[in-house]
Formats: sequence, structure tokens, C-alpha cells
Amino acid sequence: MKQDLYAIYSIWLREMLRFFRLKSRLFGSIASPFFFLAFLGIGFGNGASMPGIPSGVGYVSFLTPGIIGMTLLFSATFAGLSVLWDREFGFLKEIMVAPVSRIAIVLGRTAGGLTTGILQAVIILVSGILLGMTMPSLAGFLLSLVFMILIAATFIGLGLAFASKMEDMSGFSLIMNFLIFPLFFLSGALFPLDRFPAAIKALAYFNPLTYGVDGLRYSLIGTSALSPVADFGILGVSCVAMLFLGAYLFETTEVR
Amino acid sequence: MARIEKVNDITSGIGPVHEPQPLQARDGAAISMHGLTKRFGGMTAVDHIDLEIKKGELFGLLGANGAGKSTIIKMLTTMLKPTAGEARVWGHDVAKERNEVRSSIGVVFQDPAVDSMLTGRENLDFHGRMYGMDGPLRQKRINEVLELVDLTEKADIKMKDYSGGMQRRLEIARGLMHYPHVLFLDEPTLGLDAQTRRYIWQYIRNMNKEKGVTIILTTHYMEEADALCDHVAIIDRGKIVALDTPSNLKDMIGSDTVSLEVQSGAEALMLCLRSFPWIKSTVAANGILELMVDHAQSRIPEIMQEANKCGATITSVGLHKPTLEDVFLKYTGRKIRETGGAASLMGAMMMHRRRG
Repeated sequence: MKQDLYAIYSIWLREMLRFFRLKSRLFGSIASPFFFLAFLGIGFGNGASMPGIPSGVGYVSFLTPGIIGMTLLFSATFAGLSVLWDREFGFLKEIMVAPVSRIAIVLGRTAGGLTTGILQAVIILVSGILLGMTMPSLAGFLLSLVFMILIAATFIGLGLAFASKMEDMSGFSLIMNFLIFPLFFLSGALFPLDRFPAAIKALAYFNPLTYGVDGLRYSLIGTSALSPVADFGILGVSCVAMLFLGAYLFETTEVR
Repeated sequence: MARIEKVNDITSGIGPVHEPQPLQARDGAAISMHGLTKRFGGMTAVDHIDLEIKKGELFGLLGANGAGKSTIIKMLTTMLKPTAGEARVWGHDVAKERNEVRSSIGVVFQDPAVDSMLTGRENLDFHGRMYGMDGPLRQKRINEVLELVDLTEKADIKMKDYSGGMQRRLEIARGLMHYPHVLFLDEPTLGLDAQTRRYIWQYIRNMNKEKGVTIILTTHYMEEADALCDHVAIIDRGKIVALDTPSNLKDMIGSDTVSLEVQSGAEALMLCLRSFPWIKSTVAANGILELMVDHAQSRIPEIMQEANKCGATITSVGLHKPTLEDVFLKYTGRKIRETGGAASLMGAMMMHRRRG
């Protein structure tokens, strides 16, 4: 038990060292959500009203929680998939041969991904405020952290599940283009789900990020399409399910 | 991360290696395999291996690339699950008691397994925590093993700036850091220059002889197995084809070969040499006379005198003692790799002729 706690800390610490040492990764991962936020926010203008957005809510206010969701989606999936990098560069063997429970390894990685993901999300939140988003209340900010954790953990689990089943990085762009981007566009992050035809809108309800973004909107700007309790419940269930799936598949992985 | 302060009481080398063990773990073999098998799809990489390795041994698995050595190591270190059969390491089943196995072993994998973005010390620090060491113990051990492999000076450099040899040494240091009972070294000197290789051989020998760590190493370098190992198993296509001490294996090959390049009088010389009972056989081909002789180095003067008497002109003399390379060739019918030098090339040619 004590050893497992050491292991969780050790894996988390390594993620931190790597994250802050790889400056290009830090800026690279924050750049694309920032550009989405800045260009869409400035382009559409904060005052312009879009059908489906409640009146009195500026577009930047509406967009920022969506881009926070995007940031978390990308950084968390990457954190889960980073097992692939470790597999490629051999370090996975050093981790797997250690006498610690596999669940501790998964928890360490999750803790690392959560920390880096939420750090980036907060940077995006601050950028949004600077670009004209209405200032959230402290309680709203704290509640948004809960949703951030749930979103990040969900997609870390997803990334882990994929990484455990993939032998190399060849499937990486496939996952990016056919999973991550559709999840992003189908989450209502950029515009209200009501703009979609009914069939596509129905699809969005199978996307955990939809509930995450909606929950973030409730927390940060006080408006949401769904009930925040439902957001929390559904996202919570998908989070636990994805983490278990990721942990289970990781447990069974072999290191050639 | 904070730079770890150097502690003052650096003990020379590694202290008492093993903490007290339960009795049943002291008895019996360090490693035992029964019918151990691994298949990848339709390909059988390891085929019903039965093998026992005693505690305190320095044991070598010798084989060509792809013979199945690394797969055996990966099963013994719980990285791969056996398809069939069973194996025990330090008394623990590799399939059912994986954590106990992991606690007993240290592993240096064939391919690099370090985080190159971290410094050497940070890699060791990571390792120490993963093996449950608290701060003071971790620092003490880190300094110990760094000293052991002469990397104290380079400890705070990122590992991407390490040379291949330094990286290998750090990995060996890491494998030893938690005082394992059994240390697995998968091709420990692959791709290293001759000098670094000798250093690493020295570390390995010290670990085994002075600290009593049981060591299993795989190699496809004959001279490495010969120089280091108490026992050698030759692996070919997933099976053990020979198992003994290096010297016994070489004795099985038989006598030394003296090859004489004869400019003139070869026929006469052959007749003359027939009178010596210690010459076991003679073969003449292309102006080269090959004699099979035990302890050949002490017989060469007699042979030269005899040649003078018979009036034969010898332009050069070659002596070849059996090597593990010859043993390997005998058991597998193939050479293990590109040859290391003229001597082994000569040996291989002779073996070829002898067989032909």
C-alpha cells in the first residue's frame, strides 16, 4: 500500500518534470485551443447573438467553457495515449517490471494527466476572461473544477484503453481524426446543439464531452442546455466506466 | 526537482546485498522452468524449455538474434505471459505471483528503458520510489550505485546527452539499486565499444562474485559468454540445444587444430608425422596441412623439427583452439553472427572443411 502510494507519486512527479521540461509540448498543446478561442471569439464578436444562445450571453462567454472542454479532451486523451510513447521509447518496461499494482500505475498517470490538463484549462479560462468573458463567481469556478476533473479523467481512461490495445503509434492519427475531432465538434463546444439536425443531435448525447461542456457552462456562466445534476451524473458514470475500462485493458497489456 | 544532496557516508560498493530471507526461498533453485513455451500467433518463439539455474550462478543464455532468449527473459520478468508451461523465479510463479517475482528481480532490458528527458539521478530516483524506498535510503542507494558504475559526475545530466555506454551503465546501476536477488541482463553490452564492454564485464563479475547476486544474461557474443558465465545454455529456435560450463562445451568439440602452410614437401611431411601418436588426424588441402592435436601449443616445436628433418618448407603456422563459436556451430549448424576477427574466421573455415 505504502509502496503503491510512492509509485503513484513517482509517476505523477515524472509527468510533471516532463511537462515543464518539454516547453514545446506545453506551448504546442495550449496553442490550438487558444487560437480557436481567440479567432472564433474575436471573429464572431462578443456582442453578436447566435440563435440558441440565451440572450444576454456573449459569444466569448459561451465559447470559453467549450474551449476548456476541448483543451481537456485533447490533453487528457494525450496523457492516456502517452503510454504509447513510453512503449515506443522503452520506458514502459521500467514501469511495468516494478513491484507495484497496475492500478497504482493507472492512478499515477491519471493524476499526472489531471494536473497538466487542468493547468491548461485554467490558462484558457483566464484567456477567455481577458477576451471578454464574464467573470465567473468563486463558487462557479470551484464547481467548474469538478467538471474539469471528470472530463479529464474520462478521456485519460479512453486514451489508456486505446494505448493498451495499440502496439505502436501508427493508429495515432486515426484516433485523432476519427475520434477526438468528432468528439470535439459533436459536443456543442462551438455552438449550441440545437443548430444540429435531430439525428446528429441525438448522436451528441452519446458524447461524454457534451455533458462536460454543458456542466462547465452552468458553472462558469450560469446557463446550461441540460440539468447540471444530469450533467454531473452522466459524466460521473462515464468517467468511472472509462477509467475502469482503461485500467482493465492496461492490466492485461503485454510488453514485447 | 530539487537536486539531491550528496550524503557523506558513501560505502564502498554495495553493502550486504540480501536482507534475511524466509527459509524456503533460500533453498532450491533461483530459477526453474518446466515446459516453458511462448507462441506469437503461429510462431513458437520459446519451445518447451526445461531449465534450472542455481542460486549465486552467473548463467548465460547464448543464441543468435531471434533464437528466443529475450522472450525467455520477458516471461521470467513477468513482461509476457507464458503460453504453456511454468516458471518460478526465487520460488515464485511468474504467472500467478507476479508482484513477488517483480520484488525479487532487477532487469536490464535489451533496448533502452530510460526516460531521456530526465537526468540519470532522476531516473534512479523514479526507480527507488517505484521500489518503495524512502528518501534517505533512496539517496544512499543512488549514490552507491552511481559510484559503482562511475557516473557520479554525470548524474545530473539529462540522459539524452549520455553516450550509449553511459546509458547502459546507468541501467545496470538501476537494476542493482534495490538489491535484487536475481539480476537479468538482456544483451548487456550490445553495440558497445570494446573498452566499455570490458568495464561492464567487470561490474557484472563483481556483482556476482562479491555480492552473490544471481545473474542471468543473454548474449550473442561468444566471448562474452565464455568470459563471464559459470554455465551456458545454447538456445536455438526456442529450444536448449546444449547446456554446460563453457570449458566442458569446448572440450566436447575436441582437439586443437594446427594448420601448416607448406611450400614444398607436403607429402613427405605427412608421412613423417605419421610416426607421432599424439597427432590424431591429418588433412591436406590446397597446400595447407591441418593436424588435430591436444595441447597443440607445446607440440609445435616438435612439428617444426620434424619438418626440418623431412626437408619440408613451412611458410606459416596457425593454431586454433575450440571456441564457443565452434560449439555453437556444432549444435546449430550455423554461425552465430558476423565473425569477430581473423582467428574466428579461420576457425569457421576449418570447421567448415572438417565437416565437409
